[in-house]
Amino acid sequence: MTLAGGPVIPNFGSGSSCEVTNGWFCTDWVRQHWSDTLQPALVQHIELTVIAVAAGLAIAFALALAGFRYRLLDPPIGFVSDFLYTIPSLALFQILLPVTGISVLTVEIALVSYTLLILYRNMIEGLRAVPAEIVDVARGSGFTRIQTFTRVELPLALPTILAGLRIATVSTVSIATVASFVVAKGLGAPIFTALEQDVFKTEIFAAGGMVVALALVADGLLVLLQRALTPWTRSGRPA
Amino acid sequence: MDALREARVKTFVDAFRFIADNPHLLLVKTAEHLELSGAALGIALLLALPVGLWLGHLHRGLFLAASISNVGRALPSLVLIAFGLTIFGIGFWNNTVALVVLAIPPVLTNAYFAVDAVDRDVVDAARGMGMTELQVLRRVELPLALPLVFAGIRIAAIFVIATATIAAIAGGGGLGAIIVNRASYGDAGVLAASLCVSALAFLAALILSLVRRAASRRPVPVP
Repeated sequence: MTLAGGPVIPNFGSGSSCEVTNGWFCTDWVRQHWSDTLQPALVQHIELTVIAVAAGLAIAFALALAGFRYRLLDPPIGFVSDFLYTIPSLALFQILLPVTGISVLTVEIALVSYTLLILYRNMIEGLRAVPAEIVDVARGSGFTRIQTFTRVELPLALPTILAGLRIATVSTVSIATVASFVVAKGLGAPIFTALEQDVFKTEIFAAGGMVVALALVADGLLVLLQRALTPWTRSGRPA
Repeated sequence: MDALREARVKTFVDAFRFIADNPHLLLVKTAEHLELSGAALGIALLLALPVGLWLGHLHRGLFLAASISNVGRALPSLVLIAFGLTIFGIGFWNNTVALVVLAIPPVLTNAYFAVDAVDRDVVDAARGMGMTELQVLRRVELPLALPLVFAGIRIAAIFVIATATIAAIAGGGGLGAIIVNRASYGDAGVLAASLCVSALAFLAALILSLVRRAASRRPVPVP
């Protein structure tokens, strides 16, 4: 690092020359602000994502049970989840704001809404794809309806359900960055801060890179989960 | 509790009043939004459709199609726009490039898997009738693949309209410009623009759904 010299406009703080001239990536800045900015944001981002995906999974599962058991319910559930999916994320956060206020709840409601379509569709498709003969055999061997569901239909639908879980998780990591526009939590927060400060590149690349890395790591972990839970499938189907 | 509910209702009433009072502003912003989204989607279709369809026709590039879809999903729209801003600065290219990059994966992967999944016996029959490769693709595979291809275009359109809203942060204009400028337009304006952009996205998705349905009903043309 050379010392700052000559006129530098604009001024990005009192840090190293790299920060002052808004260089492409200042490792100094990242090291200095890891513990006070980046790391807390990463933890918040993971929290937002895990809560949203878990809640989405529970709600989608209940909906899928209903839609699978009573076919009449499938079109309206599908339509509502598809409708929620089409609402632009920034707009949904703003529409929820007058209702639930500037709170994590606002963020979570929006994030959960976006997971429903993918999770619900994949659950229903996975369950419907189970061959009727296999279900008949299970019933014929004396399985109750519930046993047939938990021991035959659900395991056979699992690869499709997990493929949906992968997509939903990665999308949630992505959309959670936009949430920071409304509630300053997660890795979007440092990005918005950097955009306001005359596009401070280091912070954008650091936080943005972390979001992408988080998405890829989450996807990788879910692939491992997929392999552990469904060892009979050789590899995940391309989603 | 009642006061709170009243305040909430009032915000929404104010938003609808804002829509009624500022039709011109909202129309101009909607037009800007459509222009940016349309341009990006158009460029993405020109780039991704031929590649996806042809790779599907050759039944090659499964890895490429799957990776593009995975990587595309892992790229958050806000991050892309912020990256674009650092590279291109504020302007047309920053946002257009970000939107095109986001729209390519769903279009390309769906086109690939749609053509790849066409019944091989049908394709062989077409070849046996003396069709060239391009004719096979254009007259047999494409019509059969059309519903899935449109499903991909629909997802891309939803992505693009949503991200064009976020692009306002990087000077993209459109309805997002109202949403990110609470200081000028107030709570009512922000909410009004949010409702408008939601309606726009829903309409676009609905139209593409109808097109997809029409495409799946269309009988396969006899050459």
